[in-house]
Amino acid sequence: MRARVLVRPKEGILDPQGVAVQRALPALGFEGVANVHIGRLIELDVEDPSQLEAMCQKLLVNPLIEDYEILGDVPA
Amino acid sequence: MNFGVIRFPGSCDEVDAVLACERVPGASAQLLWHGDRHLHGVDAVVVPGGFSYGDYLRVGAIARFSPVMESVIEFSREGGLVLGICNGFQVLCEAGLLPGALLPNVELRFICRQVNLEVVRATSPFTTDCEAGDILSIPVKHTTGRYYAPPDVLQSLDAHGQIVLKYAHDGNPNGSSNDIAGVRNEVGNVFGLMPHPEHAVDELSGSTDGLKIFTSMAHADA
Repeated sequence: MRARVLVRPKEGILDPQGVAVQRALPALGFEGVANVHIGRLIELDVEDPSQLEAMCQKLLVNPLIEDYEILGDVPA
Repeated sequence: MNFGVIRFPGSCDEVDAVLACERVPGASAQLLWHGDRHLHGVDAVVVPGGFSYGDYLRVGAIARFSPVMESVIEFSREGGLVLGICNGFQVLCEAGLLPGALLPNVELRFICRQVNLEVVRATSPFTTDCEAGDILSIPVKHTTGRYYAPPDVLQSLDAHGQIVLKYAHDGNPNGSSNDIAGVRNEVGNVFGLMPHPEHAVDELSGSTDGLKIFTSMAHADA
């Protein structure tokens, strides 16, 4: 199964990449943009999707600083 | 005192760390290979700076599961002294041996400069050759050095005297919580810091203050 894990900086933790992009957009004429956060997208083929949660907890995510969302069975 | 300095693929400060350890009177040092579970009877472990396993995924995240780290975790549980410098600090945080995590610098830039550090705790085995309030001149060189811990953890670190070094004189280079430059675990035998004491052991490079970290470890072991 093709799975997708979205990893985001935890709410409330300063995300300087997001801040930098948010500042860059108005300079290009894109107004009205707020709350830009930059995370990570992990795509993987897994035989046993029930292991995804444990993979996130053990390696893919540092739960102290990141939140995550597992999207199972996405189109390859 | 025989120091063991880990070499991961991507380490780059392990040789300087060995040289720093060897400057401690009566001490010797050897490299420990990341794929080797055996710690070869060393008295203390140094996890050096660099970019272990390319720092892929997150800094320190993959190195933390290397064979040698399994033994280092065991060694620390038995009370062995473990020092993590820069990337080594990141590895120890990922391994759960130290609280918190390291995030990208607030300014998103690589910083390489001499900083002043205030010794907050001189009672840790890594700072016994210092006095509380001493200022150490030691360089930092990192992109991911912003120490972060949630507010309740920060409070607990403070309450248990686990904050060992702070950036002094409003000189916080990376946006670290509470100006924290180095923390220890609750027991006190594991210590991590972003600055590089192994690069401050000779007058030629402007300061020998970093040597105090290594001599303190030797005195604690004696």
